[in-house]
Amino acid sequence: MDIMTEKEAQKQVITTSQVEHVALLARLELKEAKKDIYVNQLNDILAYMQMLNELDTENVTPTAHVLPLCNVFRQDEVGQHIPVEKVLANAPEKEEQFFKVPRIV
Amino acid sequence: MVPEYETVIGLEVHVELKTNSKIFCNSTTAFGGEPNTHVCPVCLGLPGVLPVINKKALEYTIRTALALNCEIAGFSKFDRKNYYYPDMPKNYQISQYDLPIAPKGHLNIELDGNIRRIGITRVHLEEDTGKLVHPGTITTSPYSLVDYNRAGVPLMEIVSEPDLRSPEEAKAYLEKLKAIILYIGVSDCKMEEGSLRCDANVSVRVQGKEEYGTKTEIKNMNSFKSLQRALAYEVERQIEVLGNKGRIIQETRAWDESKGITLSMRSKEEAHDYRYFPEPDLVPLVIDRKWVEEIRASLPELPDERKTRYQRDYGLSAYDAARLSAEFEMADFFEACVKSYPQPKIVSNWINGDLSRLLNLHNINIVACPLTPQQLGALLKLIEKGTISGKIAKTVFEEMFNKGKDPEQIIQEKGLVQISDEDALVKIVDEIITQNQKVVADYRAGKDRALAFLVGQVMKATRGKANPELVNRLLKEKMQ
Repeated sequence: MDIMTEKEAQKQVITTSQVEHVALLARLELKEAKKDIYVNQLNDILAYMQMLNELDTENVTPTAHVLPLCNVFRQDEVGQHIPVEKVLANAPEKEEQFFKVPRIV
Repeated sequence: MVPEYETVIGLEVHVELKTNSKIFCNSTTAFGGEPNTHVCPVCLGLPGVLPVINKKALEYTIRTALALNCEIAGFSKFDRKNYYYPDMPKNYQISQYDLPIAPKGHLNIELDGNIRRIGITRVHLEEDTGKLVHPGTITTSPYSLVDYNRAGVPLMEIVSEPDLRSPEEAKAYLEKLKAIILYIGVSDCKMEEGSLRCDANVSVRVQGKEEYGTKTEIKNMNSFKSLQRALAYEVERQIEVLGNKGRIIQETRAWDESKGITLSMRSKEEAHDYRYFPEPDLVPLVIDRKWVEEIRASLPELPDERKTRYQRDYGLSAYDAARLSAEFEMADFFEACVKSYPQPKIVSNWINGDLSRLLNLHNINIVACPLTPQQLGALLKLIEKGTISGKIAKTVFEEMFNKGKDPEQIIQEKGLVQISDEDALVKIVDEIITQNQKVVADYRAGKDRALAFLVGQVMKATRGKANPELVNRLLKEKMQ
């Protein structure tokens, strides 16, 4: 991703169509009236985050993780599975031993 | 004038790793199993669980990357690929985005004696998805059924550069990749069980043009044959579209094996926006150089190296050496046989000839070969000693293959020992000469073919058991 200049970043605002796009990706159904509220709220959040751009990060390596840890491994050993009744206990719908979902393709 | 088009193909290959447990949890990776029985809270994506990476899966990925001449990243991390499709219970797949385990490698393919180096963009590690089952067909089924047994099986993605120039090259690349992976033992590469899968990016451009044409992505090719057919079809289709002044649409197309065509899937992938971000549940990888070197040192001799060695040390042809080294089990069989009968060229002829023919005929893999390399070696020794003729040996060999018996036993049981007793043969030779006076006259008049005929008659009279060299000598002596 290109790093935005401060000016570009300030111009960047969330539009209604972006809110609709994100809602679609998250499978959220938004009421028309709510869209304006989210546009404003998201723009406020972005504006707040702009403050971070004031920091000089020239010599800071990008953070991939907040913990100062790496290389946490497990050995290749098989453990317990959970019984299929429990696996399907929270399934909204099931058939035989399968989760049943609306057809996607 | 109709322009000449150049085909440009890149392959994206997915390989399931042969670990015992899944990539981020200790559920089994065993293929099959009753639906949703190989699962645990981690691979079901239940709230509050934490994935932890299987060290073996990382080792296997590094092993593959080294065999493919890749660099190994010092620092690597996992990312979430977000999407709404029920094949993952979490609505995201843990994959790698900008910092794969291994960038920049290559492998060599050989077609019609030409060697070409195909670039490998990256090798990365991710989790496999679950399986959707559709009652009836995928397009008419009213709903989908989900089995998460496969979700979380370690999956390695190997992406090639767009360096392949024909469907044949694409097939050769996939075959080579499979051979290498089988040699290094990180996957069983069974296309029919989905442990080796392949998608292709295809485009065409006017010959000589540098800029790539618009590409399509082809999915659902489930065998080497369908890969080649699907690509050939797609290349033709694109050339036809362009020839009619049309435009190629960048889209995903599915190969339909029964109809022999690719079909657009574009309506189904609306809003592809994976919103990758670093996986917060997994800590990054800082790959230890010493470990990498240990893995490198443990790599076996790879197909190309074996082939070169067979040509150099055994004087085999490139063709024979390539055939023997394509599968490591075949190469091991060959080498074991050479150990018991140290005449590599003869061994190679028998393995690439009669043995391969019988294996193909009965659809048996070399792993399940009913005869041992030592038994073949023993047969070849018997030919060399003159106990049986080369012709009889073929019969003995078939019998060995079908019954798994030792050659000596078959020769005894069937009374196939070669007649090398001069006294016994002289009688038969005399008879044949008497019966074929006209042919004998031809021979004396200088017709070489006449001798071959007479040898054939003696062989017939002895039901193939006469020592042919001896028969030749005796006939010549008698007709002088």
